[in-house]
Amino acid sequence: MKTLIRPAVTLFILLSLITGLIYPLLVTGISQLLLPDQAAGSLIEREGKLIGSRLIGQNFTDPKYFWGRPSATGPYPYNAAASGGSNLGPLNPALKDVVAARVQALRNADPGNTQPAPVDLVTASGSGLDPHISPAAADYQVARVARARGLPPETVRDAVAQQTQGRQWGILGEVRVNVLELNLALDHLPLTKNP
Amino acid sequence: MTPHAWLLLGLYLLVLLLLAKPLGVYLAAVVEGRAAWAARVGGHIEAGIYRLCGVHPADGMGWLSYGLALLLFNGLGLLATYTLQRLQLWLPLNPQQLGNVSPDSAFNTAISFVSNTNWQGYGGETTMSYLTQMLALTVQNFLSAATGIVVAVALMRGFARHSVREIGNAWVDLTRITLYVLLPLAVVVAVLLVGQGVIQNLSPYQEATTVQATVYDAPKLDATGQPVKDVQGNPVTAAVTLPTQTLAMGPVASQEAIKMLGTNGGGFFNANSAHPYENPTPLTNLLEMLAILLIPAALCHTFGRLVGDARQGWAVLAAMTVLFVVAAMAVMSFEQQGNPTFAALGVDQAAGNLEGKELRFGSADSALFAAVTTAASCGAVNAMHDSFTPLGGMVPLVLMQLGEVVFGGVGSGLYGMLVFAIMAVFISGLMIGRTPEYLGKKIEVYEMKMMAIAILVTPLLVLSGTAVAVMTTSGRAGILNPGAHGFSEVLYAFTSAANNNGSAFAGLSANTPFYNVLLGIAMWLGRFGIIVPVLAMAGSLAAKKRLGETSGSLPTHGPLFVTLLIGTVLLVGLLNYVPALALGPVIEHLLLWAGR
Repeated sequence: MKTLIRPAVTLFILLSLITGLIYPLLVTGISQLLLPDQAAGSLIEREGKLIGSRLIGQNFTDPKYFWGRPSATGPYPYNAAASGGSNLGPLNPALKDVVAARVQALRNADPGNTQPAPVDLVTASGSGLDPHISPAAADYQVARVARARGLPPETVRDAVAQQTQGRQWGILGEVRVNVLELNLALDHLPLTKNP
Repeated sequence: MTPHAWLLLGLYLLVLLLLAKPLGVYLAAVVEGRAAWAARVGGHIEAGIYRLCGVHPADGMGWLSYGLALLLFNGLGLLATYTLQRLQLWLPLNPQQLGNVSPDSAFNTAISFVSNTNWQGYGGETTMSYLTQMLALTVQNFLSAATGIVVAVALMRGFARHSVREIGNAWVDLTRITLYVLLPLAVVVAVLLVGQGVIQNLSPYQEATTVQATVYDAPKLDATGQPVKDVQGNPVTAAVTLPTQTLAMGPVASQEAIKMLGTNGGGFFNANSAHPYENPTPLTNLLEMLAILLIPAALCHTFGRLVGDARQGWAVLAAMTVLFVVAAMAVMSFEQQGNPTFAALGVDQAAGNLEGKELRFGSADSALFAAVTTAASCGAVNAMHDSFTPLGGMVPLVLMQLGEVVFGGVGSGLYGMLVFAIMAVFISGLMIGRTPEYLGKKIEVYEMKMMAIAILVTPLLVLSGTAVAVMTTSGRAGILNPGAHGFSEVLYAFTSAANNNGSAFAGLSANTPFYNVLLGIAMWLGRFGIIVPVLAMAGSLAAKKRLGETSGSLPTHGPLFVTLLIGTVLLVGLLNYVPALALGPVIEHLLLWAGR
């Protein structure tokens, strides 16, 4: 037993320094050098001001913006300093109630729209920070956004198409639209008329 | 299953199996000390470590010394991980000034990361400083993985060697696995992850001015910081306008890489691999899934190499792959079905069950990830398992309950599966009336006793822990979802802890002294309650003579043995857990589809 103590302590300290300091600092160094933008968080700046990250969703409730996935973070939605999902089970009455309320909110914002609500627009994401919605969810909102902005629906639909990403390598993941980038693109359309 | 799901599963398996073979061969070279290329690059570092430690690499250890060495080494890990958490406020690299972690939570997390479970009662970005994430948690991600691998290697040597006492040198094995296998793989994976958008920095959290301000109701506080209540005693809320979003930062990629490669699974952020900064694209999702099963699959080939018969490794790998494919197909199908309670609400569920899932992964890539992470004892999640359909959530539960042997944790999956292989040869020996032997080693009373301990320790921990929790007020207090699902949350927690997985039905509020202590004990015993008997078995096997193959030996490399092995794993798993599963996910499934 005694002969084991010195190697145990020394090896633990040495391997801790290698894997706990040298390794993460080495990866940080390589990343800062080769991939500084990604390593810093894919941040978006406008006029020198940080306005968010391409990878982190933001909360949108204004009819002139496309809305993202519902977010279950607390104490407010899209809290990027405390990620998380609702963890509601499929049979939990609270889940059914909150989904019904979200469907109702979508209907209230666009009474003429009688399509069924796409499931991603009424269910909370796992991280609470999901930056994407499906093309179906974007399509569902085109009429509302166009009306609120006084734009022809085709213009809005074109903007959606431009921001739509296909499956990665044609196989991986889902077809998706980045909500923040889409809304930023809409805000910068030359014809934008603020209501 | 959709065509997309089939394609994804096929691609995943193809790449995994292609990568596993060369890595397994390399791993065999490393543990046998004949990896020339590695020694040229890191040989002087390795030699320097041995000099400082006073280790003579040629000296072998008996199983007892080997086991004591590992216990001591992991004991130090426990102490360091606990201490760093308790002192982090006064240590550097804590830009958010996060406070010291509470004693019970720090105790739970220390055991959790040392035992390769990486169960998390806390939320990473609100609890752990960068220094704790690096010097406590990342370190244990490496060292607990190395511990698992060296135990598996020791057991392989037990089969490969004959008439000797030594099963290797623990210090040498730990050093080589860390330096020559885990570190280089982790650097490559980490940089690939950053390329796709995983963050890697030491900056303080960033404040962004959002496009639209968020308005929410917050409880009103009086001058002393207490919530204001109205005449009925309800808290008063006021609308608050928040023009900014705080983006959590940190050295994420370096931890993410080893979190997957070492089948650890502890997320940098609370949302784990669902968080866009941990898993930003479908490609990182594939990469992370590959990293999880890579070493467990490769070790099957290492096993074949070390025992001198590659077919033995293929047989074990085949049994694991069959069980995995069936499980993955099941989760993918169940999650595609969606939630019948939404049908009347006017919801289009063509995309499947998306509650708790990220849109970029959808139901297929999320379901496959769930199968991968629970087949391995990883426990990282890219979707909230608590919100899966009842049967979609039952499959991960079953994969863990089989003892984490369907690939399983790095090392622990293989030694777990070899324990089942010994049971399978024992059962078939009884059926054909011959002395059971495996790889030329007679399986006798001592091996059977150790096997029985290794197989029974986890069901005992899971079932008694669940029983205690549902019978006590403090246990029931943590449950979020009502009814059968609440029972599943508790069952999942103890299953995950005792089998060292670490994923959760995360609605359970487990960051309480009750759960922190009870789950901590389950994790420790579930880890070392298996490692010790496995090492004892390795020692006993190494001392035996190696018998030649005769016409009466049962071949352990053909489809017959693979079937027997699968049958044994399923039989033991199902016998232990069917009643508990019936009370949880099965009832919930019946109620859900009956429209209750």
